[in-house]
This record gives sequence, structure tokens and C-alpha cells, in this order.
Amino acid sequence: MTENIIEVRDLVKHYPVTRGVVFKKTIGQVKAVDGVSFELKAGETLGVVGESGCGKSTLARVLMNLEKPTGGQVLYKGQDISKLSGGALRRLRRQIQLVMQDPYTSLNPRMTVGDLIGEPFEIHPEVAPRGSRRSKVKELLDLVGLNPEHINRYPHQFSGGQRQRIGIARALALRPEVIVCDEPVSALDVSIQAQVMNLLEKLQAEFGLSYVFIAHDLSVVRHLSDRVAVMYLGKMVEIGTEDEIYERPTHPYTQALLSAVPVPDPTVRQSKAIIRLQGDVPSPVSPPSGCRFRTRCWKAQDICAQEVPLLQIRPGSDHPSACHFAEKREIVVTHEVA
Amino acid sequence: MSEQSAPGADGSGRPSGRLLEVDDLRVEFRTRDGVAKVINGVTYHVDAGETLAVLGESGSGKSVTAQTIMGILDTPPGFVTGGQVRFHGKDMLTMSPEQRRRIRGEGIAMIFQDSLSALNPVFTVGFQIAEQFRVRRGMSRSDAKKRAIEMLDQVKIPNAKGRFSNYPHQFSGGMRQRAMIAMSLALDPEVLIADEPTTALDVTVQAQIMDLLGELQRERQMGMILITHDLGVVADVADRIAVMYAGRIVEEADVYDLYRKPAHPYTLGLLNSIPRMDEKGQELRTIKGLPPNLMNIPPGCAFNPRCPMAQPVCREKVPPLLQLGNGRASACHFAEELVNRD
Repeated sequence: MTENIIEVRDLVKHYPVTRGVVFKKTIGQVKAVDGVSFELKAGETLGVVGESGCGKSTLARVLMNLEKPTGGQVLYKGQDISKLSGGALRRLRRQIQLVMQDPYTSLNPRMTVGDLIGEPFEIHPEVAPRGSRRSKVKELLDLVGLNPEHINRYPHQFSGGQRQRIGIARALALRPEVIVCDEPVSALDVSIQAQVMNLLEKLQAEFGLSYVFIAHDLSVVRHLSDRVAVMYLGKMVEIGTEDEIYERPTHPYTQALLSAVPVPDPTVRQSKAIIRLQGDVPSPVSPPSGCRFRTRCWKAQDICAQEVPLLQIRPGSDHPSACHFAEKREIVVTHEVA
Repeated sequence: MSEQSAPGADGSGRPSGRLLEVDDLRVEFRTRDGVAKVINGVTYHVDAGETLAVLGESGSGKSVTAQTIMGILDTPPGFVTGGQVRFHGKDMLTMSPEQRRRIRGEGIAMIFQDSLSALNPVFTVGFQIAEQFRVRRGMSRSDAKKRAIEMLDQVKIPNAKGRFSNYPHQFSGGMRQRAMIAMSLALDPEVLIADEPTTALDVTVQAQIMDLLGELQRERQMGMILITHDLGVVADVADRIAVMYAGRIVEEADVYDLYRKPAHPYTLGLLNSIPRMDEKGQELRTIKGLPPNLMNIPPGCAFNPRCPMAQPVCREKVPPLLQLGNGRASACHFAEELVNRD
């Protein structure tokens, strides 16, 4: 559990905002990810939560080496992944796989399930020699709880939950060490969501996988994660163990986020103290100076506009938080056990 | 079956004092591949000042019921094959299009999940709200504009005057949802149907919108039908809950009763399968299998292939929605056992 599989250092990803068609002029930068550092240990699940536009999906894309970082590094077992090419890059891609959010658009409708799951073997023939591919695919289908007989079916013949299982089987095909899950259950119904979450847990135990689990649903993240990172507008505002984040959050944004999650128990209606945030998330093109959360924060002082708070452990707390005034606050309302 | 499954209705169409009642509604979709029975005898009602949550997963028929109430069901492929929708005791399904149009907006209004596609992108938000005052109230352009700005103000859109002439794409998701609420409430409806109003929004914005809806509802004593799949949101705001599965109501209960002791195995399964933020559980208890294909609903109870309590009788007889007292009703052969267990 001590070995770092992935280390992210000061990762920055900016996208240019351009104007004009022929003479493109860059008029600004979307600061999607702006200085994020963390590490992922072998066998653990790191949850990444945040609202839309906080940069969590961009983070996934950079981790997958689908985008080159503007600054900073992503190290896989000490190697900078953006510097790899050729065979080394191909070997890396085997080790980090992605499960996407939308099971409807992430599967090619013209390919059978067998082709979809078997396609990774075309690029990495060393994993499964030609003759053994179909049996490998059937094994994978069985592993994710689908009927191996359905190997010749097309994606439209499956329900949303089953398609997500196909996506998971495809990610597992090359026996990776890390799977980046980008909102893997948010498009699914509650009863199906639970099945897929159980499957992800089972597979992790079986293959010793490490997950980066990106989601906006805080209850889902808590259920699966060992550690949790909270993002806001391209910055990581707080990171800690699942317990530290959910039971003893110190950043005002984390506190507001947790308090806003509806609790599925009507008896806590009265006792729940919801922190109401005003307004919307500012544009990532021109984020506020200093602390990015200050425009919606009830604790904001002058210093918050001037100094960017560092993500560090502060007195009275046991985990890093990026707030000048970080302090503990009881948030989670426990439901009554009937 | 229809008689015994219709609480509060006597089938004669006589006014029962209810604001809005859906009575044994049946809708089917006739497609090239066959007939899908989407609504199979749905009965519920909502009174002034009350919030009824209609809970169900995709394909359970919760949105189609709402579309039928509003008279915006796509026909074809959708056809109403039975039942009534009574507003103040009068069946709307037999009304002329003109009569129905008069109810829409003033009697019953609706807000939708996807505010970007529900609003017209080529007109300003203000114009779309003011239009109702001009067309329905015969107001002048400037009076209508004034009223529209008031509405934007009521839903707490900052700088309402300036925002009046913005287009929908210039609003954020939360703001657009507010604008849609302003639009639906412009003509002071007695019933508001909210179809997944916060599903596309982030949690902090969701909390803002649910607060706003609750506040406006209390002020106006509106009846509200909240259609959702989110058991958390329901626990926060609902008075009563109707749980739908495969086009039927399988359970109806007061919100506290339902969460304390569900009287249908499907409701129990749903409650068990949500990950709770306050407990890092082991394995989630799931409902096995998949929802049924509506073109081929299993005989007997539609839930029987997924039900842990299923007995032979469940494959043979459709369980009627029976009253259990206290406003509770369950469509399970073993409802009594579920309620009486410890």
C-alpha cells in the first residue's frame, strides 16, 4: 500500500480561447486544471469530487495521456508519461485504462461486443495471442456479469447498466494496474448503479487495481474511496482519507458541498443545517484572484483576495486544506437507524 | 381491477373535491416493433399546498404520466387507452383542445429537466416570459415586460432588468432553471409539475433551486408533483410519495412511513441500494436483474422476476394497489407481511 503508482506534481492544463477564423488570436486561457498535486498508491481508490467545470474530467484526460499538460508532471512509477513515445508509451497505455461516463456514446454501435472488448488485443497482441482472443473475451464478459453467449450482440441490444459493464470489461482486457473511472455510474438508475459499484469493488479486490474515481455524487465517492480529493475551479481545495473529508472537513467549500447533499431520510429534515452558497461557479477563464472560492465564501477576508492559500496541513487539522481559515465543522447528518 | 385500485375516485366523474386526480390512466406507445404498455392503470392525486413525489427509475412511466396530464403526449406513438385525468373534478382527456389550452399555464404548469432544450434559443428569456402576459392576459408590451421582470425578480435572478434581454445560452444552468420556474409560474398555476427539475444541476445549485421551489409553493399554496429518481431530494421535500414501476404505482405512502418501513419489496430494494454518505458500507444490497421490457411485461406482478420475496402467486396474479390504512397503499401480495415485520 505504500508504493506510489501515480504521482501528479503541480499539474497545469490550460486551453486557449481564440477569436477569429483565419487569423486566430488567443484572447485568454481556460484554466481547467491549475496546479494540482497528489499521489495514487497501489491498490487504493482515490475519489475526486467537484462540481461541473472544476476540472475533474480534464484531470482524467491528462492522466490518460490524452492531453499534454501545460505544466507540471504526471509520473507513472517515476516516469514522466508525457515524455514517453513509441514502445514505452504503448506499454504505459496498457497499464492505465479508462471507463467513461456515457455508456451510450462510448461504445461504437457498429461493433459487436466481442470486437469492442477484443480490440485492445489488436494493439497489444502480447496479452492474448490471436487464437485465444474469443475465449479471453468470453472470460471477461463472465467476469463483469454478462452472459458470454452474447459476444456477437451489438451495444444497442444492451441496457445502460449492461453497457457500462461492457465498458468495464474493455478497460480490464489488458489487465491494467490503474483504472481511471470518469463518472462511471452517474448515467445509471439507482438499482443498476449499486450493481456496477459492487462490481467495481469486486474487481479491485480480485486484481489489486488502483482506481481514480471521478464523480460528482458524494455518497458514491465515499462508498468506494479510501482517500478523497475535492476540487474547485481547477484547484484542489482539500485532500484526505475518506474519514477526514467526510467527518472532519476543514475547507468551507467541502463543508458547503457536503451539507447540500440530500440525505435519503425525511427525519433529518429539521436537524440538517445546510450551508447555502450564493451564486454560481465563476468562469475558469478569469478565476478570482487569491482564493478561487472567495466570491462564494462566507468567511472571506481581505487576505483571501490577495494570497492564494496553499494546500497544506494547518494547525488543528490532520489533513491538507487550501483555506486561510481552515477549521473543523460538524457537517454530516447521520440518519436515524430504524 | 380498475375499481379496487382507485382510491378516492368513484368512477362516476363526480367532483371529489380533489385538485388534480389521475384515475386508472392507461397509455401505450404503438411503435414499429410492437406495442409498449407504458402506463398500466396509474392513480394518484395532489391537493393544494401539497407535494406529491413520483419516484421511479427510467422507463417506469413517471414522465409519460406527467405529459398526459399536460396534454403534451406525442401522439402517435403515444395513445391514451383508458382512465381519466380530472382537474377540479372535470376530465381533461375529453375536453376540447381550446379548453385544455386554457388550463395549461393557468391551471397546471410544468418545468422540465433540461432547461436548455425547454427554452427557445432564438428568443430572449424575457420575451418568452412576457409572451404569456400578452397572449393570455392581453397586456401591452411594456406592461408585460414589467411583469416579466417582476417574475425574474421573484425567482431571485440578480439584476432581473438587465437579464430580461439575455438569451438562454447566456444563462448558467441554475439561472436557466430559475428562468423556467419564472415562466411556469407566470400565470399563477394551481398545480406545478416539476419533472426532474434539479437532475442536471450540481448539488449546491440543486439545494438553491429546491429551496426556491419550496418557498414559492408555500407562498402560493400550489399543489406540486415532483417527478424524480433521487431518493435524497424526495426525503427533503415530499409530503407523500408514489413509487412507480413498469407503468404502475406499486406503493403510495406518507414520506416518513415510506422511508421507515416500505410496504413494497421494490421500494425496499431501492432504499437498500443507495450508497449513504454517512456510512461507508460493505457491499451494497442491490436489486438483481433489470427493469422489464414494456413490450413484454412479465405476467402477474411486473416486479416478480427481480423480487426476493416472489412466490408462485406473484407470477399468476397482478397484485392490486390495496389500501393499508393511514393513506398507505401497496401493490404487493405480501404487503401486510412487509409492514408488520420488525
